[in-house]
Amino acid sequence: MSPTVSEDTSYTLSEATAARFAREVAKYPADQRQSAVMACLSIVQQEEGWVSAAAERAVAAYLGMPPIAVAEVTTFYNMYNQKPVGKFKLNLCTNLPCQLRNGQQALEHLCRRLGVEEGGTTADGLFTVQKTVCLDACADAPVMLVNDRQMVSFMGPDRLDALVDQLKNEA
Amino acid sequence: MGQMVDLSRFQARGAETCFHGKHINPQIYAGLNGSNWSLRDYEARGGYAALRKILGQDGSEGMTPDAVIADVKLSALRGRGGAGFPTGLKWSFMPRQFPGQKYLVCNSDEGEPGTCKDRDILMYNPHAVIEGMTIAAYAMGIGVGYNYIHGEIFEVYERFEAALEEARAAGYLGSNIMGSPFGFQLHAHHGFGAYICGEETALLESLEGKKGQPRFKPPFPASFGLYGKPTTINNTETFAAVPWIIRNGGQAYLDVGKPNNGGTKIFSVVGDVNAPGNFEVPMGTPFSKLLELAGGVKGGTLKAVIPGGSSAPVLPAHIMMDMTMDYDAIAKAGSMLGSGAVIVMNDTRCMVKSLLRLSYFYQHESCGQCTPCREGTGWLWRMVDRIEKGQGRMEDLDLLNSVADNIQGRTICALGDAAAMPVRAMLKHFLDEFVHHIEHKTCVVPAYV
Repeated sequence: MSPTVSEDTSYTLSEATAARFAREVAKYPADQRQSAVMACLSIVQQEEGWVSAAAERAVAAYLGMPPIAVAEVTTFYNMYNQKPVGKFKLNLCTNLPCQLRNGQQALEHLCRRLGVEEGGTTADGLFTVQKTVCLDACADAPVMLVNDRQMVSFMGPDRLDALVDQLKNEA
Repeated sequence: MGQMVDLSRFQARGAETCFHGKHINPQIYAGLNGSNWSLRDYEARGGYAALRKILGQDGSEGMTPDAVIADVKLSALRGRGGAGFPTGLKWSFMPRQFPGQKYLVCNSDEGEPGTCKDRDILMYNPHAVIEGMTIAAYAMGIGVGYNYIHGEIFEVYERFEAALEEARAAGYLGSNIMGSPFGFQLHAHHGFGAYICGEETALLESLEGKKGQPRFKPPFPASFGLYGKPTTINNTETFAAVPWIIRNGGQAYLDVGKPNNGGTKIFSVVGDVNAPGNFEVPMGTPFSKLLELAGGVKGGTLKAVIPGGSSAPVLPAHIMMDMTMDYDAIAKAGSMLGSGAVIVMNDTRCMVKSLLRLSYFYQHESCGQCTPCREGTGWLWRMVDRIEKGQGRMEDLDLLNSVADNIQGRTICALGDAAAMPVRAMLKHFLDEFVHHIEHKTCVVPAYV
């Protein structure tokens, strides 16, 4: 997916995705569908790679919320991608506990290896590298999150190289 | 597009953090090996016996809700999320004869830098949390609960959902639990990256599908909580401690720890130690013993420790080495037990640079609601940043304390305090390093990165 997709991208809620939404909505009282908004947006992100304004409107319609209330959620929480990212979003923690175990060097190594600045996406659209603040795995530092849902641990330079190789091979 | 690749060879399996055999008299982490998280294994360890006991399904007459709360009060169990509030007392605040729905919420939004204890509980012993919550629900007459799990640990959220399915299928959750009139529905909810949602009222807002901005208190959640209904919120480790207390009695739990500091506590020992990990030890264990469990200081001698997560005031080595790890002793030494994250720093570390990381974090995570925090955290970060870069002015040192003073106690929630306290403690104990940075435009310890 190119990083220059316009915000006007259309979004159609598929039956399969709606079924995933329904499973989340069922957790909450019938008059509190809005409680499922975070889960629905993360499902959209998992399927689409990011949350477009069109997708926000679809989630809003599904949950019976004003679109602006959905946008407030997307913009408040760090992990929602408000624009397209690479096929693999890599979030490395550089907060103090990780920094004490070479988290900063890991971030710099990864950026050098991929030829991107922190926050950037590689030219082939494969990788986005972002620093992050606390992944809840400080004893496993340096730690990195891959596409929001997979945590990898003890990511020194050698293991980062091996992980990048694997992701490139399997992309 | 969110492609999943098998990265299991890069993933932690808990061997380093949880199954190292170095816990002392563990209760929550006892007998875990990474593959015995399921319901059958939990039952084999004595799991759900406490629930069976209070419901009178073990041949006994059962326990009344009041008796459960009395036992938890006797145990001196205090909140493991950071505030250390007595759990039994909190439970007694819930209105008993409320006509509508009441809610129980588990705060698993573990995001205090340095902490990863709840992650290992939820991953490797999830049923302890489910049983603890169900007992709490019985004690307070609550019918519905949610476990709010940190968004960054999605695999842990999925594990907890799998455990919920097991508990429902076995009749430990749902209507008429174990044939009794008591019913409790429990669900998992995940965050998506916001430190502030660890604050209990921000968490409630988030659970309602909104921005996670803390609510003004009072009213407290016990009267106006989730969806405006009476709600009790406890930390993951707090709930996980409850089954042991009910099985063995509050007095036995108290006897494990110190007066007013009952039971075991899980400490996440991180940073400059040879074997970082989670260590479950009795309350009141000397810090020196905890350091030894974590393999001792790595890369130099001990310089300083942040004993309770990044929001807690830093303490220099000589104070730490004389201190025991419990709420009262750490408070007396000038810091706090907080979430139980112990961030160890050796003598090659520059305290200006260390504070810079923390100040960046707090300005990044301020929710923006209160002006002193929104503006003050950014101001603190910019000042520490310029001192670190050799552009600081001597008057910045007074200004740092002044800005911290004007944040602390002047905001709706404790994030402002959490941002201010590290600044004040760093200046109190390591002022010479800040002065050196300003005068010489360089670190006292040049090797630090």
